[in-house]
Amino acid sequence: MTDTGELLQIKGITKRYGGLTAVNEVSFAVKEHEILSVIGPNGAGKSTLFKLIASFVPPSGGEVLFKGTRISGLSPHIVARKGVVRTFQETTIFKGMTVRENVIIAHQLRSTVGLLGYYFGSTAARKDEAEFARSADEILDFLGLTGQRDKIASSLPHGFLRALGIAIGLATNPQVLLLDEPFAGMNHDETMKAVSMVRALRQRGVTVLLVEHDMGAVMKISDRIVVLNFGQKIAEGTPAEIQRNDKVIEAYLGSEDASIGL
Amino acid sequence: MTRTFQLALLAIALLTVFVFVPMFISASGRNDLYYTLTSVALLSIASAGVWLTFYIGRINIGQGAYALMGGYVSAILVVRYGISFWLALPLAGLFCAAISVFIGVPILRLRGVYFAMVTLVLTEVTRLTALALPITGGAKGITSIPLPGPINLFGLPLVPDFATLQNARFAFYELAVLLMVLCFAGMYRLVHSRIGRLCQSLQQNEELASSIGVNIAALRVIAYAISSFLGGLSGAIFAGITQSIYPSSFTVNDSVNFMLNCFLGGLGYVFGPIIGTFALYYGWGLLFETGRFQLLIFSSALILFMLVLPNGLLSLNPFARKPK
Repeated sequence: MTDTGELLQIKGITKRYGGLTAVNEVSFAVKEHEILSVIGPNGAGKSTLFKLIASFVPPSGGEVLFKGTRISGLSPHIVARKGVVRTFQETTIFKGMTVRENVIIAHQLRSTVGLLGYYFGSTAARKDEAEFARSADEILDFLGLTGQRDKIASSLPHGFLRALGIAIGLATNPQVLLLDEPFAGMNHDETMKAVSMVRALRQRGVTVLLVEHDMGAVMKISDRIVVLNFGQKIAEGTPAEIQRNDKVIEAYLGSEDASIGL
Repeated sequence: MTRTFQLALLAIALLTVFVFVPMFISASGRNDLYYTLTSVALLSIASAGVWLTFYIGRINIGQGAYALMGGYVSAILVVRYGISFWLALPLAGLFCAAISVFIGVPILRLRGVYFAMVTLVLTEVTRLTALALPITGGAKGITSIPLPGPINLFGLPLVPDFATLQNARFAFYELAVLLMVLCFAGMYRLVHSRIGRLCQSLQQNEELASSIGVNIAALRVIAYAISSFLGGLSGAIFAGITQSIYPSSFTVNDSVNFMLNCFLGGLGYVFGPIIGTFALYYGWGLLFETGRFQLLIFSSALILFMLVLPNGLLSLNPFARKPK
């Protein structure tokens, strides 16, 4: 980590797809223990930026540093092992397993034994399994999923699915958790619940970076906000600063001015 | 279902296959049942392998290739090198597992119908290889394979010489059933350990499995190697029983049947392949009376089964564990 407490540094990152520049020289930093949101109109390059940070796609230029070392270009499971974990959208769960099994299996990064150890139930393997189960129950309790734990994941309602996605992310013991539109498609009550869930994540010492559409939630939850438009960063600041920013208002004007809370 | 009840069921099942069935056969004098039941036991071992590849989300229509390979390896070891059948048996399995690692590394990246198509070709490739190689004896195959010899442990006869037995069929039956029991006990443990969950995570979402730290490439190859080991083992015993192996001993038809056994028994149940093989083998035999309509009735019945019982025959059993 750098002296300034910047856990994640995004430096001039660029992604081109053929002639289209999806993300153009975007730079910002994520400080430890903060909640930083990336917002922007549709097609602003938010999702691409997200994939670049989690190293699901290689950048065309620039780099992402985690604790001062470059993580761009590494494969996603190595980046996850280092502590930068991406949660997926709701469809990405193990559909046929119960909620609890989903979270238990997601502890794989913490496993200390090989397959043979698990097969023959060695002492270390049993210790691992007991620890995974305990930790999974704790995470389920933390995210309010205890009541759902024995349900098959595919039968969960919307809001719980999102929580399950976050639970899977948490089980990998991340330092930075990237949340992909955690409030999308939620009603007001579900959003409020999810907002407090994200706040609680920070309480656990997890740094949160999220991409989101829901302006109300973003304004409420974020320490700082980065605004993208046409692949470029047009503003960065606290929610209050962003709400007053002329460029941001302009970018959102017409279609989404009401939703920004002006 | 309580543990005592489970153990009681297990004891009854073991007694049935090892004691009651032979008692029934000797009482009824129908010695031919030994041969068919031995076949069911061996085919179900090969099908268990196919079931495991289903469990990691791959449709395997190539098990016949490994059964053929296993049969040839054990035949060659016994006939040409004079190695004991009992040593040739595990060696045949290990040979198949080793080959499957080489084949599996590139092809296990494929999914769905693409993987299935490549495995479908494997059986034919193996058959043609067996025809072409000098060591496999071409179209004539390898015949007059000696029966398994005795095993002595510290001078004590553990297994008698099969050639001196009055009823070698009974001995082969007990051997095949013993291996079947061991195979399914091993599979049961695998599926109910954390490895089973890891396999399921592959089946359900490989991207997510990879991002939570599952080494998906390694796990796929391991599962496929175990599958091929079982295929080779089953083929090797078949060669031992029939004392012969030909390029046509296992064909694409057999590969398809191994897969159907899994479907019919139920992909969600470890013991599905046993039930499926039993039903398919005797179902086909029972329809023999219908003559030229045999295949028509058989295939129509199978299609009907898939429609009515998509989770297999075991989904009818109220005691069976829910499919995972």
